[in-house]
Order: sequence, then C-alpha cells, then structure tokens
Amino acid sequence: MAENDPVVTADEGQRGVSRRNFIKGVIAAGAAVSTTSYLFRGGSILGQPSLPGAVERLVTLNVNGQQRRVDVMKQETLAMTLRYKLGLTGTKLGCDRSECGACTVLIDDVPHYSCSILTHSVRGRKVVTIEGLASPTGQLHPVQQAVVDAQGFQCAFCMPGFVMATVGYLKTNPNPTRPELAHGISGNLCRCQDYNKILDAMMLAAEYTRRSSRA
Amino acid sequence: MAVIRDVMPAFELFQPANVEEALSLLNRYKSDAWVMAGGLDSFDWLKDRIKRPKVVVDLVGVKELEGVRASGDGLEIGAMTTLTDLVRHPLVREKFGMLLEAAEAAASPQIRNQGTIGGNVSQDTRCWYYRDGWECYRAGGNICYADTPTAMNREHAIFDADRCVAVNPSDTAPALIALDAKMVIRSTSGEQIVDAEHYFIGPGIDITRMTVLKPGDLLVAIRIPGTWAGSQFYFEKVRDRKVWDFPLVNVASVMKTSGGTIQDLRLALNGVAAHPVRLRAVEAAVRGKPRNEQTAEMAGLMAIEGAKPLRHNGYKLPLVRNLVKRAIRGVEGSWTS
Repeated sequence: MAENDPVVTADEGQRGVSRRNFIKGVIAAGAAVSTTSYLFRGGSILGQPSLPGAVERLVTLNVNGQQRRVDVMKQETLAMTLRYKLGLTGTKLGCDRSECGACTVLIDDVPHYSCSILTHSVRGRKVVTIEGLASPTGQLHPVQQAVVDAQGFQCAFCMPGFVMATVGYLKTNPNPTRPELAHGISGNLCRCQDYNKILDAMMLAAEYTRRSSRA
Repeated sequence: MAVIRDVMPAFELFQPANVEEALSLLNRYKSDAWVMAGGLDSFDWLKDRIKRPKVVVDLVGVKELEGVRASGDGLEIGAMTTLTDLVRHPLVREKFGMLLEAAEAAASPQIRNQGTIGGNVSQDTRCWYYRDGWECYRAGGNICYADTPTAMNREHAIFDADRCVAVNPSDTAPALIALDAKMVIRSTSGEQIVDAEHYFIGPGIDITRMTVLKPGDLLVAIRIPGTWAGSQFYFEKVRDRKVWDFPLVNVASVMKTSGGTIQDLRLALNGVAAHPVRLRAVEAAVRGKPRNEQTAEMAGLMAIEGAKPLRHNGYKLPLVRNLVKRAIRGVEGSWTS
C-alpha cells in the first residue's frame, strides 16, 4: 500500500545522496509512517457523527500540479506541511509570524505567507511552491532565469519567497515600473539588504516573463 | 519573549460552509470559540500561546461573505472580502477612493491578499505588554504595564485612556467612520446594524474587547451609504516603515465644499485611543467656515484639546495637529478625488 502513496514517491526523481536529499528522504519516510498509522485506526473515527464544518485529518492537496495525500493536524500551517510532510524544503521559514515573506507560496496564483494559513484552508485550491516553477524538463521559469542571469541574491535564504511573490505580482501587473514592482513585492525582507540588486533582477524577470508569454 | 517556531497547540477546527453553520457553531461554543477570518491577527495569539481557544471557527469557506456589491448608491462589502479585492474593486475606486487608500496602506501585499476588511476592523490591539501575555487590565489583571514610569509607550494612547492605554491599530476603521459606514452583525438571535463609530469601544465600556462583538456575534457585512460618494477625501497614515507597520497616527476625512466654504464634513483619527476617534467638536467648529489655512490651524489645535500624552508619545500631539490641519486644508496633489 505504501508504495502507491505519493508522499513516499515524492523525491524518487532525485537520486543524489546530498545532505539535503537525505534529510528530505527522512521527512518523507516519517510522513509515510504517520499516514499509515492513521489509516490503520481510521475506521473507528470515521463512523462518528460530526458537526457542520468539522475537518478530516487525511486530506488531498493540489501542490505543484500533483495530488498529494497527507495527514494534517488541525492547527498545522501550510509551511509546516510543505516542509516537514511533503519534503518541499524550498519554502523557507523565517519569522513564522507574517513578517518576513520567506515562506511565500502561490495559492490560486496569489502570493500568501504559508506560515500564516492553515493547511486545511487550502483544500481544493492550487498551491505552487518554488519547486513547481520550472518545467518538467528542467527549464527554469523566466523569473528564476532572471535571478540566475542577474545574480540577484547574496545569501538567497529569502530568494524562494521573493521569486514566488514576484511571479504572483507579475500575473496582476506584467509591465510594472520599478516603484510599482517595489511596492508589489514589498512583503518580503532581505537581511543582506540587497534590495536594489533584487529589484534589478526582478525587473529583468518581468521582461523575461513578458517575452515568454509572447513566444 | 522568545519567538516559538514549532506547531501551535491543538484546537478543534471548524470550517463552516455558510453563515448559518458558522452562527450555530458560535452559539454552541460561545466564549470557547475563536472566530478566524484571514488569521493574520489570530495566528500571533495562537502561536505565542497567549490565547488558547478550545475551538477555532475558520470562516475561509463562507463564500457568501466575500465580495463587494452595489447597494443603492452605496456599497455593501462582505466581511470576508480581502483588502486586495477591496482595493481592486472598480466601485470602490470610483466612489470611495479613500477606502482604497486606507486598505492599501495596511500591512504588506501578502497580508492584504489574505487579510479581510472584517478582520481589519475587528483586530485586537498591538500593545506589546498585552500581546506578550502580561496580565494587564485588558488581559483580566489589575495593572497597565504600558503606563508605569519605566514603560515603553511610544505607540500608545493620548486620548480616552481608562486604566488601559492601548490603541486601535486599524487603517480602514477611521475611513469607514468618516464615510458613515454601518456594520451588519448577526447572531443566532438575529441581525443588528451598528454605526461604524459605535462598533469600536474603549476600556470604559469593556476593557477586554475592542468592538461591540460579543461571543456568538459575527460581523457579516459593512454598508457604506452613498452620502459621501465622490466627495473630497483625505487619508494619511504615519508609520515607521512603509510596509507592515501599524499607524502611529492616521487620519481620514470626507468633505463637501461650496464656493470655498466647508458645507459638511466628517473627520476621524486612529492610533490615538483604544478606539478610533471621531472629532465631532472639530467638525462642528469648521462647518460653514471658509476652507483656508486659518480654519485648518484652528481645527488642528482643537483636535489635541484634552490630549494626555504618556512619557514617550508626546510627539503624537504635533502629529495629530498637523494631520488634522492637512485633512481640513488639503495638500496639493494628494486628493484621492
């Protein structure tokens, strides 16, 4: 049964034995164990009558175009689920208080702080993380390509959040002025204080995005 | 206080699909229930373990509370409309540009994408003694830590302090008061409509609450009458950083003039008391006066009458005086309509 669980097969495309992938493997295995134990004793819980609006523990999420079944606590935030249950560690946790933007993901194409939304709230909605931007063949998203070309970041801890915020903002305003873009992605902090360089990269990202949508 | 970064303590979660279900849950759990809209205020309380509700009623699935509708010559805004949706709505832009400015001035883009107008007006104060779990008056204790000789109270109240010196942090609240908005509140026992001005309460009425909402009550909509549509608006927010920060002081005014004379106006401030303050005395004094520097100067001076600054917030007096002055006189190029 566990072999069919997408949680377990999440990272099978990656065969490297880097520290990062080893950690992700451990996370995925842990999630599979907790999911399995839930299934074994699920029957007795499901029979109980519930109040309107009651939520189930086992949910299916649409993450990066895949249906992911996952066991979610009621108080769990999306950032926790993405990082520690689904192994999508590209989404960073900075402040965990909606004050830094490192955890930004797209929900139905709109940027949200994943640290500040319950995983149960995104059922039936389309979640895209930094891992979901590149094409299946590995071609980078125009915003990612611009970041690489312009060398936009220094330490880059904030980068996934900035990239997701920019991708979301460009969907509402594909041709921003520099001040408009600065306002549009003002919900993200960079502690290297590299904002001018980030804005240079993201203005290039806007140009690449326009070009790729015309192509 | 150390910031805790693990998973919040457990609570029972309900995500009702409509208002009826939400009200029945709120009625069932009463004061054990925590109403969550966008969650941006709620999560701080829950993550910091300062508030430990047994039950969270999350309104994310109540789609009937979302959206802006024309209502006569005014608007009805569902309480779960996000600030971003409000800012982008053509009717808001066309008729009540000031509300757009106020909503756009709040927090950060991601917060506006999720935070709702209902949550923005119903949020709790940001006094850090209270938010950090100190047992102050507002938390049920018998001291105000922000009003002691060594307290850090730069952001606190200059008006109407009654034991507690916390301030209301909402940016949309003064705009809604100036626009004479009505708050539609529902519970299992029916519907009541409250003027925006009276929706917010100070410590003298109830020191533990910021609004008239009691356990079991739900703010469902905000109605803005057409009275002030397209009139002359002024909104300004002063804060430390351009993003995220709550107002040190903000001001909102609506005005109708005729031949350089102020015919009628409404004027409100926030960040100066536990509730947004409507400046009725100033309104009465400038009505019928010419709209000029002299009237504005008088209005500014009147606005700070009776103010009682604390040790570190004396700067709010000149700030209020000048913001009110600008709101009356106007600043060239800054009119929203």
